[in-house]
Amino acid sequence: MTASAHPKQAARTTASEPSGLSQRLGRMSVTAIPMVWLLAFFALPFVFVLKISLAEADIAVPPYTALLSWVDDKVLSIRIDFGKFLFLFEDNLYLAAYVGSLKIAAVSTFFCLLVAFPIALFIARQSAEMRLLWLAVVMLPFWTSMLLRVYAWIGILQSNGIVNSVLVWLGVIDEPLALLQTDFAVYLGIVYTYLPFMVLPLYATLEKLDETLLEASADLGARPATSFFTITLPLALPGVVAGCVLVFVPAVGEFVIPALMGGPDTLMIGRVLWDEFFSNRDWPMASAVAIVMLIVLVVPVMLLRSRGRQQSFGHG
Amino acid sequence: MRRQGRFITVMTTAGLVFLYAPIITMMALSFNSSRLVTVWGGFSLQWYRELISNQALLDGAWLSIEIAALSATVAVVLGTLAGYVLSRFGPFRGKVAMAGMISAPLVMPEVITGLSLLLLFVAMEDLIGWPAGRGLTTLVLSHATFCMAYVAIVVQSRLAQMDGTLEEAALDLGARPWRAFIDVTLPMLAPALISGWLLAFTLSFDDLVISSFVSGPGSSTLPMLIFSKVRLGVSPDVNALATIMITVVGLCVFLYAWQARRKLHVMKQQAARHNRERILQVEAISQPISANANSAGKGRTACGSEFWKQGETAST
Repeated sequence: MTASAHPKQAARTTASEPSGLSQRLGRMSVTAIPMVWLLAFFALPFVFVLKISLAEADIAVPPYTALLSWVDDKVLSIRIDFGKFLFLFEDNLYLAAYVGSLKIAAVSTFFCLLVAFPIALFIARQSAEMRLLWLAVVMLPFWTSMLLRVYAWIGILQSNGIVNSVLVWLGVIDEPLALLQTDFAVYLGIVYTYLPFMVLPLYATLEKLDETLLEASADLGARPATSFFTITLPLALPGVVAGCVLVFVPAVGEFVIPALMGGPDTLMIGRVLWDEFFSNRDWPMASAVAIVMLIVLVVPVMLLRSRGRQQSFGHG
Repeated sequence: MRRQGRFITVMTTAGLVFLYAPIITMMALSFNSSRLVTVWGGFSLQWYRELISNQALLDGAWLSIEIAALSATVAVVLGTLAGYVLSRFGPFRGKVAMAGMISAPLVMPEVITGLSLLLLFVAMEDLIGWPAGRGLTTLVLSHATFCMAYVAIVVQSRLAQMDGTLEEAALDLGARPWRAFIDVTLPMLAPALISGWLLAFTLSFDDLVISSFVSGPGSSTLPMLIFSKVRLGVSPDVNALATIMITVVGLCVFLYAWQARRKLHVMKQQAARHNRERILQVEAISQPISANANSAGKGRTACGSEFWKQGETAST
C-alpha cells in the first residue's frame, strides 16, 4: 500500500514542476480580471471625486477647473481649492443635513429592527420546507422596484389619501393630517423598503440557534421574555449588527425616499448631493459632500465590522 | 418545530400586513376607473390601455431590459470569478482589498457610487476618448460593477456549502485546473449562477440613482421615467405598470420557492427510500450469514443510520 502510493506521489510532484509556473500564471490571470475591474470602476472613481472636490466650479464642459495647467507652456501650475470643504463646515445647511441624515437613519434602523425581529424569529421556527416559502413571502417586495414601493405609500399618506379619508370618515379628525412630506413619512419609507435587509441576516443567525438552550431555560423556570433577553438576543447579536449596517449605511445616503416622501425641511445629505449636482451643477461641491459622507460613514462601519469580528471570534 | 408564541405570531402578522398592504392597495387602484385614490369608480382596464399607448415608457422599459440583461451577464462572469478566487484560492496578496471592494457596494450610498462613476467616465473620455458620451455603455459598466458584488456573495455562499473534494478528485485524476472548473465546479454552481443573474437583473432593472448620474440624453431608463412622473403625484398608469411588474416578479419568486421546496421534499424521500432499500438488503444478506438474530438487528440499524447520514451529506 505504502509502496504503491509513494512513486505515485513522487510522479505527481515532478509532473507538477513545469506546470507549477503555468498554474500560478493561470491563477494570477483569473485573480486579475475581477481585481482590475474593481480597481478601475470602484476604487479609481474615488480618486476623481477627491480631485474634483479640490477644483473650482466653472461654466464649462465639464463644469470644473483643472487642477494642473501649463502657464505659457513652461510652468506647471497647481491650483488646489479647499474652499468647498471650508464652506461645507461654515454653512449650517450641510452640517444640519449630515446630522439629520444620521438621526433619520439611526431611528429608522431601530424601528426596522423592532419590526424585523419577530418576523425573523417566526420564520426560523418553521419547518425546513415552510421556511423557504415564508422567506419568499418576506423577500418578494425586495425583488420588486423600490421606487414603486415608495410610490405606493404616496396614495395612502397624501392629504386626500386613504388614511386621511378613513380617519375623517370615522370622525377621528376634522381636517386631513399632514402625513406625507414629513419626517414621519421618511421613517416609514425607510423601515418599509429596508425591512428585508434586516430580516435576512437576523434569520440567518436565528436559524442556527440551538433550541435546547431555550428548552433548558424554560425548564429551569425562566419566562419567555427572560429567555429572549438572556439567550436569543445575545446569540443573535452578529445578525443584529449585520442587519443594522445593511440598513443604516445606505439609509444615510438615501435619496429616493426623502425626495418623494420628505418635506422641504427634511434635510438629508443624499438629497443635498443630488441637488448640488443636478440643480446647481456644482460638481466640486457635490464631490466635497460625497468625500465627507464617506468619512462620516466609513469610520463607523469599520468600527462596527471590527467589533463584530471580535465578538464572533470571542464566541467561536 | 417549536410552538410559536402568540406575541410573535401577532407581530409577524402585523409586519406582513405592513409589507403587503401598500402593494395590494396599489394593485387594486390600477383597476379603478376613477383617478382619485379614495373613490371607487368601478372596474376598468383604461390605465392599462393608456400604459400600452405610452411610447416613451415602452421605450424606457425596453432600454432597461436591454441594460439589465447585458449588465447581469457581465456581472455573473466577473462575480463568479471574484467569488471563486476569494473562497478557493487561499490567501494571496490583495485578498483583503478585493474582499473589501466586493462587499463595499452592498452598503455604499448610491449617490456616491453614481457621482464617482460619472466623474470617472468624464475623465476617461477626456483622457482616452472612451467611452464617448454617456448612454448604454456607461450604464452597463456601472450596473455590472455594483451587481457583481451581489453575484460574488451568492457564489461565495454556495461555494462554502460545497466541499472541495470533487474538485480535488478531478485534479488528482489529472484534469487541468480550468477543466476541473468547467466540468466540476460550474455545473455544481449552476443554481447560484441562475439566482445571481436574476438578482443582478432585478437590481439593474430597478436602479434609479446610479442610472440618473451616468445616463446621457436620450437614454432614460424606465425608473428614471417613472420617477419624473411620480414626482408630480399619483398617476394611475404607474399603478398599472407596478401591478404588471409585481405580478411577473411574484410569479417567478413563488415558482422558484415552490421548486426549491419540492426539491427538498424529493431529496428527503429519496434518502428515506435508499435507507429502506439498504435495510432490506442488509436483512437479506445478514439473515443467512448470522445465526444470531440479535446481532443482525443491531447491524441493521447501525448500517441504516450510516446510510441515512450519507444521504444527508449528499443532499446538502
